[in-house]
Amino acid sequence: MDALFETFKTRAEAVSAEVHRFPGRPEALAFILGLLREPGGALWADCGFLEGLDRNELVAQAPGLSFQVTREAAAAVRVGISQMDWAVAATGTLVQDAAKVELRLVSTLPAIHIALLGTARILADLPGALQRLHPDQTGCISLITGPSRTADIERVLTIGVHGPERLIIVAVDELQGSAA
Amino acid sequence: MKSAFRESVNVALNNANLTGALGRFSEAYRVGRAKAYEGIDFEAVRERIVAVKSHAASHLDELAEAFKARAEARGAVVFRASGPAQVKDYILELAKARGVKRIVKSKSMASEEIHLNKHLEAGGIEVAETDLGEWIIQLAHQTPSHMVMPAIHMTKEEVAEVFSSEVEAGQTPDIPRLVKFARGKLRGKFLQADLGITGANIAVAETGSLVIVTNEGNARLVTTLPKIHVAIVGIEKLVAGFEDIQPILTALPRSATGQLLTSYVSILTGQTPNTDGSPKELHIILMDNQRTAMAQDPKFKQALQCIRCASCLNVCPVYRLVGGHVFGKTYTGGIGTILTAWFDELKKSEDIQSLCIQCGGCKTVCPGKIDIPELILELRRRLAVEQGQPLVQKAAFAVVNNRRVFHAMLRAASVAQKPFARGGFIRHLPLFLSDLTEFRSLPAIAAVPFRDRIKSIRQPACREKAVFYSGCLIDFSYPEMGEAVVTVLNKAGIEVVYPERQTCCGAPARYSGAYEVAASNAQDNIEALLETDAQYVVSACPTCTVALKQDFIATFESLGMTGRIPEARKLAAKAVDFSTLVKQLVDQGRLTFKQGQDLGRFTYHDSCHLKRTLEATEAPRELMAKAGYQLAEMTECDMCCGMGGSYSLKLPEISAPILERKLGNIKATRAPLAVMDCPGCVMQIRGGFDKDGAAVKVEHTAQRLADRLE
Repeated sequence: MDALFETFKTRAEAVSAEVHRFPGRPEALAFILGLLREPGGALWADCGFLEGLDRNELVAQAPGLSFQVTREAAAAVRVGISQMDWAVAATGTLVQDAAKVELRLVSTLPAIHIALLGTARILADLPGALQRLHPDQTGCISLITGPSRTADIERVLTIGVHGPERLIIVAVDELQGSAA
Repeated sequence: MKSAFRESVNVALNNANLTGALGRFSEAYRVGRAKAYEGIDFEAVRERIVAVKSHAASHLDELAEAFKARAEARGAVVFRASGPAQVKDYILELAKARGVKRIVKSKSMASEEIHLNKHLEAGGIEVAETDLGEWIIQLAHQTPSHMVMPAIHMTKEEVAEVFSSEVEAGQTPDIPRLVKFARGKLRGKFLQADLGITGANIAVAETGSLVIVTNEGNARLVTTLPKIHVAIVGIEKLVAGFEDIQPILTALPRSATGQLLTSYVSILTGQTPNTDGSPKELHIILMDNQRTAMAQDPKFKQALQCIRCASCLNVCPVYRLVGGHVFGKTYTGGIGTILTAWFDELKKSEDIQSLCIQCGGCKTVCPGKIDIPELILELRRRLAVEQGQPLVQKAAFAVVNNRRVFHAMLRAASVAQKPFARGGFIRHLPLFLSDLTEFRSLPAIAAVPFRDRIKSIRQPACREKAVFYSGCLIDFSYPEMGEAVVTVLNKAGIEVVYPERQTCCGAPARYSGAYEVAASNAQDNIEALLETDAQYVVSACPTCTVALKQDFIATFESLGMTGRIPEARKLAAKAVDFSTLVKQLVDQGRLTFKQGQDLGRFTYHDSCHLKRTLEATEAPRELMAKAGYQLAEMTECDMCCGMGGSYSLKLPEISAPILERKLGNIKATRAPLAVMDCPGCVMQIRGGFDKDGAAVKVEHTAQRLADRLE
């Protein structure tokens, strides 16, 4: 797991993603709440990470946070949070069953996308991930490798054109399940 | 070539922004691509792509039906369209029926191919491109100049100007700000749009899935926010199984932009929920537009293996000078020339196909393993058949076709050139010929051609024979190269036989599409060269060697002259290039080098045919090292020198800047000697240095080895 994580981290950082790893949910949560301190609001799409957490308590700690994902809200907030199903070490890629539109809204419209990931969900390569997530099971598989980027003007790499300008990956060792 | 086209070439060549941007990009691309493929077996990946795509090309109808059934079972509506009009009408009618006022699009070459935007806008619908590059060129009322980077020809100043005049005044040429501006302006359009249009990079028959890749994330927004999604998919995007997407996803980002994976890959299958919970209306248009006809053409079927990565543009020495507005229509560069001929019409490729210098660089990087240069030659041949050859060309080949007349003319020219020749060079030619000597000097035609000189060479008694095929340049311009070949082979105990009846190898005719002339040249040469029973037929010109080994056969095949092929194969089996043969002789111990001399540094230029067709890259380097020279590699050692046979005569304005770059790369090594295996490259590069004035000696490998052997 450590070796896969290290490869994943190297590859993801090479494409301008930020990668953090925590042993448990409390540490990860503290880190996320820290990120939400800045104004602008945040939307958290329903996911395994939230199971058993008191959402009112979270909103109390991060006043701009909401769990009601709509297109209007997603277009308005600074931060979107969602959980990934798998990741691919070889390319630093996140893999998600994104059939639920809420999952796409929070990872496309806000300027910052926080992607939660069980550390053990990191696989070696893409074929492995596509064996576990197949079009027969879902209408939308999203592969995300770094934040939104363009080089369309003079070949100068510029981050954050239509999608998020920051992709913050939070890997949590104790997080076992997938997004659902 | 039409004069308007020639003019557009010159405008592009004089656009410093364009040539600068493309030149820098092509240099960075080589490095980025190589890095992205580290640890990946490119040959294995492209073999898989060829297997997947060629299977699909043989089963287009079957896969389209399977795709339709699967996608419709998942709630999509699949419409099979034969041509552009059907696609455009379908989308406009759908939009009208649903009361659509605004459309957002993510990048789709298929929609560019059919000029969709114009049609929708004429129907009163607002269409916004959302890929940044596409949006810029839409605002600038231009067409994409590159398949992956549509606005690569524009500077930030030009972009700022377009934004200021078309969207909001006061934009400054600051790239991050311009990008932010686009984000802000397009965000509103995404949220307001009633319908989203995308293309697809892959369509999977087994699952009814579309695979869409973007770096900006615009396709995710286009397929998520509007309630209707229309995907326009050329049927060549079909693959049979879901697993088949893997080699394509491995190669596409690496070859296109040097990325391990594109930022966003969406695999969409059937209906997904809209943001209000309703199921999204999904229409998939499978567009044929000549793809089936292409699949049925035995030569061009392979062009359907294209994954639209544009690497053929990125490595092309001509594309990087003139860009896609000259080199292509909707689709650009080498593959663009071929697609234009099919999706548009053959005649539309007439001018652009002439830009291909046949260096073969694109063939080596193509993930679909498409022989782009060969297909362009085939276009040339078909154009020549359809329209006839230009008169001047016809007259010239009539001469080349008759060996006696051709050789008599060359001898006459050696006399006629006298007023222009000094010290072996012709530095200035008068009138319309002056273009040829403006950027490089030409070699003077030798007073005594090699065919006469060899008669006075006294060869030792040998147990083996090699037939020498000189080619025109060595025969009439550089006989000393031929003499060096004789010296080297004699030392290995091989007698050199020179059949008098050999003539031009036919490459000039073949590369001009005049296959009948090439076939006649081939026939004359086969007879002449097989007359003597020798172990080898050796040539010191790679283009000639390729003619002997491959082109004679290919020309006969193209013309259906199957009866000639067995003899051509017999010759091909014996034919070998000089350095490969000498390397064999050295390895066999039949040739040994003098020991213990440090002869200084040299740099080696890989000639196109030697490197990419004969694949002899190491032999000449190794031989030079054994002879006592130290190799100083130049940047882009295997990039074309701009000679390209008669190309430099037809398009001197393009040949000149390609040569200039080559001279610069050679000078940067500070080696006093540049060695190569092709007399054509020697002619170009030596002539360039004669004008340039730099003290770099340019020689054929044979000349440098001749006096270094025991």
